[in-house]
Amino acid sequence: MTVAVRVRRAFGTHWYAWTMVAPVVLVIGVIIGYPLVRGVFLSLTDANEANVERNIGVNHIPATYKFTGLDNYKAVLSDGVFWDRLGWTVLWTVACVGFTFLLGLALATMLNRKLRGRTFYRLALILPWAIPAFISVFTWRMLYNEKSGILNKLLAGGGIDAVPWLNDPTWAKISVIAVNVWLGVPFMLVALLGGLTSIPAELYEAAEMDGANAWQRFRHITVPGLRAVSSTVILLSTIWTFNMFPVIFLLTRGGPGDATEILVTYAYRLSFVDSPRNFSESAAWGVLILLLLSAVAVVYRRALRKQGEVW
Amino acid sequence: MTTAMTRTPRNRRNERSRLASAGLHTGLALAAVIAVFPPLWLLVTSFKPKNDAFSTSVVSHFTLANYTHVLADTEFLTWFKNSVVIVGLTTVLGVFIAATTGYAVSRFRFPGMRPLMWLLLITQMFPVAVLIVPLYNLMATLGLLNQPAGLVITYLTIAVPFCAWMMKGFFDTIPVEIDESGRVDGLNPFGTFWRLVLPLARPGLAVTGFYTFVTAWAEVAYASAFMTGEENLTLAGGLQTFVNQYTNDWGSMTAAAVIIAVPAALVFAFAQRHLVAGLTAGTTKG
Repeated sequence: MTVAVRVRRAFGTHWYAWTMVAPVVLVIGVIIGYPLVRGVFLSLTDANEANVERNIGVNHIPATYKFTGLDNYKAVLSDGVFWDRLGWTVLWTVACVGFTFLLGLALATMLNRKLRGRTFYRLALILPWAIPAFISVFTWRMLYNEKSGILNKLLAGGGIDAVPWLNDPTWAKISVIAVNVWLGVPFMLVALLGGLTSIPAELYEAAEMDGANAWQRFRHITVPGLRAVSSTVILLSTIWTFNMFPVIFLLTRGGPGDATEILVTYAYRLSFVDSPRNFSESAAWGVLILLLLSAVAVVYRRALRKQGEVW
Repeated sequence: MTTAMTRTPRNRRNERSRLASAGLHTGLALAAVIAVFPPLWLLVTSFKPKNDAFSTSVVSHFTLANYTHVLADTEFLTWFKNSVVIVGLTTVLGVFIAATTGYAVSRFRFPGMRPLMWLLLITQMFPVAVLIVPLYNLMATLGLLNQPAGLVITYLTIAVPFCAWMMKGFFDTIPVEIDESGRVDGLNPFGTFWRLVLPLARPGLAVTGFYTFVTAWAEVAYASAFMTGEENLTLAGGLQTFVNQYTNDWGSMTAAAVIIAVPAALVFAFAQRHLVAGLTAGTTKG
């Protein structure tokens, strides 16, 4: 069978499937594929605001940046800033995901029983999810306001000095993590509550008959029962938190200084906030972030395979 | 415990000592207060006079001045209109192409399927930072900066990969016999999809639509970078103009925030149950 025949036959069998996925492939190709290739290319040049192609009035100014090989990567990786930001990004991700998961699990366990006011608690606890995140972040900025925010006024009522929530590097880190945890708990809570209700009650009853105490029941029934759903939500939440742009950007703009700047916001700052805009270095940061996340994806796929996923 | 001893073992697990019960309610009540307080305080503040925005009293001189100011004297309604246009288009287009892709991946085994699944998974974790500069340049070349179309196309790439996964999860739950009966009746695959399967997947479409809506409604990074000039901003960008390094108009900010949040919260209340099922179905079932 020649190649041409084989291709024609494959087309005959699969053309409708290919037509159905075509729009997505097209959109991803144009809007992600092209910029990605272009981003990798830019990261190998010295492009910045002053030498890219642009129009000033009626004059067209051609690009004058040149190819510089791996210079950007060498510069970024040998500069302490990248490693500082990476360290904080990892800490931020681990702290946010850890606290969010533990709080979500605790609250889900507390809610997973007959309880007066259960519906009320549930509705109240998922409220942070229902409000667009940027609104909540602005609200928190108002609460955190150092001179006149409600938090410091409450502390003053208790005779405690004002806390520089967003103006001190350490406090700012704690504050952004707190806000992100506040935003993330409802998702964890609802997902884990779903997982808990799917564990058959008979298992608990049987364990109780056998004399298992509350801790043993939690350890040997609840934890294994939640494994599938927890691995999913932890992975999702890790990726979301690692790339969490709005919380940091809107709450502190990465400040004070660059104390709360995670990798994503720093790369954004290089090309849209700093002057002159440094497109090539920003692109190099982007490529490095992507490599880090691809490593996470490979690990995730391994884990999926282990669970017997087929694709 | 003494009262519990006399009951059957079956009921005993639902009984708690008074102390445990008090602890449970205290914990949940505390968490509920922390969850509800910020939005509640936003609402309360929006009804205070501008100069009193930071007063600690719950009601001081109740006024609607912030709302009338935001609606009458600022570009808020323009931003709202921009957001509605952009988010509406994104949602309709996004749901449609996510559904066709989800269906193809759920029903057919075709060459290129595994790479496609892989691609959909990977694009979900693409950081804004890698794409934003080249995309900005691309939009500038195409003349799409400050155009709704530019943001719509961009949002599609954020929402569609995830939605395609979710739709696949929903289509997997619809029996294949339905497709077969369609084929027996002489429908081609597109007809089967459009007339038989899509109507059955309506809850999935609603969830996907809702997810796309929320993602686009709350997006900040691209909107801040691509849209400049007050009349082009979306809500996320516009809200930033009330409170920044130059101005501190918390009164207008709170009123605008409430107007943006209320519809989103109402839609959420209807969709949230399905949302979690959809989120986890798309990822755990594969």
